[in-house]
Amino acid sequence: MDKVKISLIVNGEKVERDIEPRLLLTDFLREELFLTGTHVGCEHGVCGACTILLNGEAVRGCLMLAVQADGATIETVESLVGEDGQLNPLQQAFTDCHSLQCGFCTPGFLMTLTQFTKENPNPSEEEIREAISGNLCRCTGYANIVKAVKQVTHQTL
Amino acid sequence: MHKYIGKSMQRKEDYRLLTGTGMFVGDISLTNMSEAVFVRSPHAHAKIVDINIEAAKAIEGVYGIFTAKDIEDIKPLTQFESHCFLPPNLVEAISPTINFNYEDILAKKKVTYVGQSVAIVVAKNRYIAEDAADLVEVTYEPLQPLVDPYEARKEDAPLIQEHLENNIQSHFHVTTGNVEQAFSEADYIINEKIRTPRLGSNPLETRGVVAKFDTRNQELRVWSSSQMPYEIRSTLAHCLSLPDLSIRVTAPDVGGGFGPKGGVYPEEILIPYLAKKIRRPIKWIEDRMEHLTSARQSRDQIHEVKVSFKQDGTITAIEDFFVIDSGAVNFFALTCAYNSAYHLRGAYKIPNYDSKCEVILTNKTPNVPFRGAGRPEVVFVMDRIIDIVARKLKVDPIEIMKKNMIQAEDMPYDQGILVKDGHQLIYDSGDYPDALRKAVDLVDYEAFRKEQEEKKKEGKLVGIGISSYVEGTGAGPYEGAHISIDPSGHVTAYLGCTPQGQGHETVFSQIAADGLGVNPQNITVRVGETTVLPMGQGTYASRSAVNAGSAIYEAALKMREKVLKIAAHLLKTDEELVIDEGKIYAETSPEKFVTYKDVGRAALPAKLGNLPEGMEASLEVTHYFAPPTVTFAASIHMAQVEVDKETGFVNLQNYSVVHDCGTVINPMIVDGQVQGGIAQGIGSALYEEIVYDQTGQLLTGTYMDYLLPTSMEVPTVEKAHQEFKSTRNRLGIKGVGEGGAIAPPAAIANAIVDALHPLEIKTNDLPISPNKLRTWIKEAEASFQALQTN
Repeated sequence: MDKVKISLIVNGEKVERDIEPRLLLTDFLREELFLTGTHVGCEHGVCGACTILLNGEAVRGCLMLAVQADGATIETVESLVGEDGQLNPLQQAFTDCHSLQCGFCTPGFLMTLTQFTKENPNPSEEEIREAISGNLCRCTGYANIVKAVKQVTHQTL
Repeated sequence: MHKYIGKSMQRKEDYRLLTGTGMFVGDISLTNMSEAVFVRSPHAHAKIVDINIEAAKAIEGVYGIFTAKDIEDIKPLTQFESHCFLPPNLVEAISPTINFNYEDILAKKKVTYVGQSVAIVVAKNRYIAEDAADLVEVTYEPLQPLVDPYEARKEDAPLIQEHLENNIQSHFHVTTGNVEQAFSEADYIINEKIRTPRLGSNPLETRGVVAKFDTRNQELRVWSSSQMPYEIRSTLAHCLSLPDLSIRVTAPDVGGGFGPKGGVYPEEILIPYLAKKIRRPIKWIEDRMEHLTSARQSRDQIHEVKVSFKQDGTITAIEDFFVIDSGAVNFFALTCAYNSAYHLRGAYKIPNYDSKCEVILTNKTPNVPFRGAGRPEVVFVMDRIIDIVARKLKVDPIEIMKKNMIQAEDMPYDQGILVKDGHQLIYDSGDYPDALRKAVDLVDYEAFRKEQEEKKKEGKLVGIGISSYVEGTGAGPYEGAHISIDPSGHVTAYLGCTPQGQGHETVFSQIAADGLGVNPQNITVRVGETTVLPMGQGTYASRSAVNAGSAIYEAALKMREKVLKIAAHLLKTDEELVIDEGKIYAETSPEKFVTYKDVGRAALPAKLGNLPEGMEASLEVTHYFAPPTVTFAASIHMAQVEVDKETGFVNLQNYSVVHDCGTVINPMIVDGQVQGGIAQGIGSALYEEIVYDQTGQLLTGTYMDYLLPTSMEVPTVEKAHQEFKSTRNRLGIKGVGEGGAIAPPAAIANAIVDALHPLEIKTNDLPISPNKLRTWIKEAEASFQALQTN
């Protein structure tokens, strides 16, 4: 299959690759760039484990081809941690509140919430629940994820 | 007094999982690695006439395509003997039949369920492997599919496992007291049919296997997203005729399991076999559709119960006949079946009990344990019975619960039958009436009842439902721990039970910290690797905290003894020593101390160390803990719902739970387990069901069809605790992993009945989907109207 050149910015670094046009964006991130923090849970756009930020917006990496991301700016879960290795406030809230168990869905939640908390500094519980309703978690029962968002947006728990 | 046990410590696992640096099986990449894709059966029951791989083979980048005839040297996957063993006294008591059954690694002459693997393609990458898999032509001759267990159990039904005489793979009969006499003396008798459908556990990470053959060590290296790496090792050793220790299995970070990642799958045998055969590492990651068809499923029980009771609400007898639709193979013999039978009566005194069970083969994906493993089904049965009895006698269900409940002073209470391990079914500790009182207080039951009346007048149909369970947790046979202290004084502990999100690295370091007198930060817990500890079992059956927790505690205490002897030698003292935060000293002179580092260095061999005369060098301790029998955790759940009569839609407004899991190691993690379990229970009450059509085709093969609860459906659960220590291990621990998932179906189903009262409906069939509930409402309205007109 003929390869196509794509050029994009991933976690602040410029990336250029020749890839097959049918390569999924998630596979590109995981297998070409070794950014394995983006997880593949359902491959049909329901579970949200593969959520990344594409030009600042949370999208499902499994529903896009890598060629569609040509010219885009992408952030994955690996971008969240500080240069000194410190967890960012959202990540910290997740560990404080025990918002993860197996941790497989967690990168998707973190990326969904990165955009959400930026755009909604003071959300209600209903808004938080609505925001994460497109991400499935089979371990936690969601309560502690809601709690973490409240912590990071400085609300009374 | 414990310093770290009982503390909500943050999890050691979190940092890597939050930064995208965990290591799940899909994240493993090896030099020269290939990828595999399976060709799976589109038929529920069919003969394989021919497999043509020519076109597929021609694709560039395909390294090999294999069918059953290429792997004749692999033995088939049979029922897991370690989970099928029954002690002789249990055999005598329940007269079981367990027929041998098996699954070929790749289907040979016929397929017996949709999704069964028929061929495998190994190629340069998954894209190419998928291309080739599409070109593998399999010619089938369809056979009559058996989808309904009642049809499958008939004498003249076609056979699914052809060496058997019929499709009833297992059966048993357990009885205590005299049900017939109780029936003859009863004021009332009811008969009910109560069904829990087939479910999938649906961990967010699908299954996956990576394998390579290490030519230098002649070792087969396997990584699998598994709950039981040791079971994979022993099964691989059996199927491939290899020594156990020539195989090394790792369960890396595992993205949820909940039961069905236990046991061993054909893929876990075939991928390692082929990696050795083609001398190239192979990776296989299940896709979600494969998961929904081919990962093993669970529940699927239908109970027909006859219940007798007296005018005062005393339930005098239960007779149960139940069938389990096992799918095409039953790998776990009576695990779920007997769990169901011995848990049905839960927290109640019902002296006359008789249960007959049949495990029936059908043309569906095999049925295995899933969180609760036979318990959610019977708790649903028992607490529907409580509710039905209460409504018949026109009293509050709480009164029936109280009337029949085992009292605190009855402990230890003997239920008159055996646990699956052959031990008498005796509850070790607990106070169920107290739990019920606490639950009633937690929701302010009286106030709710008053409010409910008002709301119903306004047309708002709100209701409350209750369920309770007593759960045998911490099943044996054993779990081990090995503790090692190096010359830096750092403690490394190895455990045989591998986690899937339960926080083992955190909770077991808390336990070891208290045993050793060090800070948990100075302890590394390693799990999920068959070489570090020679024997282990796995994480399932709410057993790890009980078994591995006890093993690591006992190992730590043994280690502590040796550490103290060395420290006394170094301090040149005969006084009794204390250990605190890694410092060891006599209480009279705390300023004169040695550290774990000093002791670690002193334990070096020969002249490098400084040991008391005759003591063996090194700080290494192994302990295997074998529990006498299970420990009994218990809980009361209360659900509050509002029902929309017009749409059949149920809004779960509030959920509360009181539970007892003995000694709590980490309250934050225990609460997390309870909340998460309840979320799964809510799913099974209202949303989840695997549906097959009459031909055995799966209708719920995507997440648009199989509905998992989201953040919109799962409320934050209100929790209250009891802590009745188990008498069966030194720390008093009982299991908690499964509990949350057990009681929600009954609590929610009863709440729905309560909300619709005085309309009489019976919510005996899960899930209570809007269309099902709407049908029941219409039927109830019709019969209500018929009554009015007559």
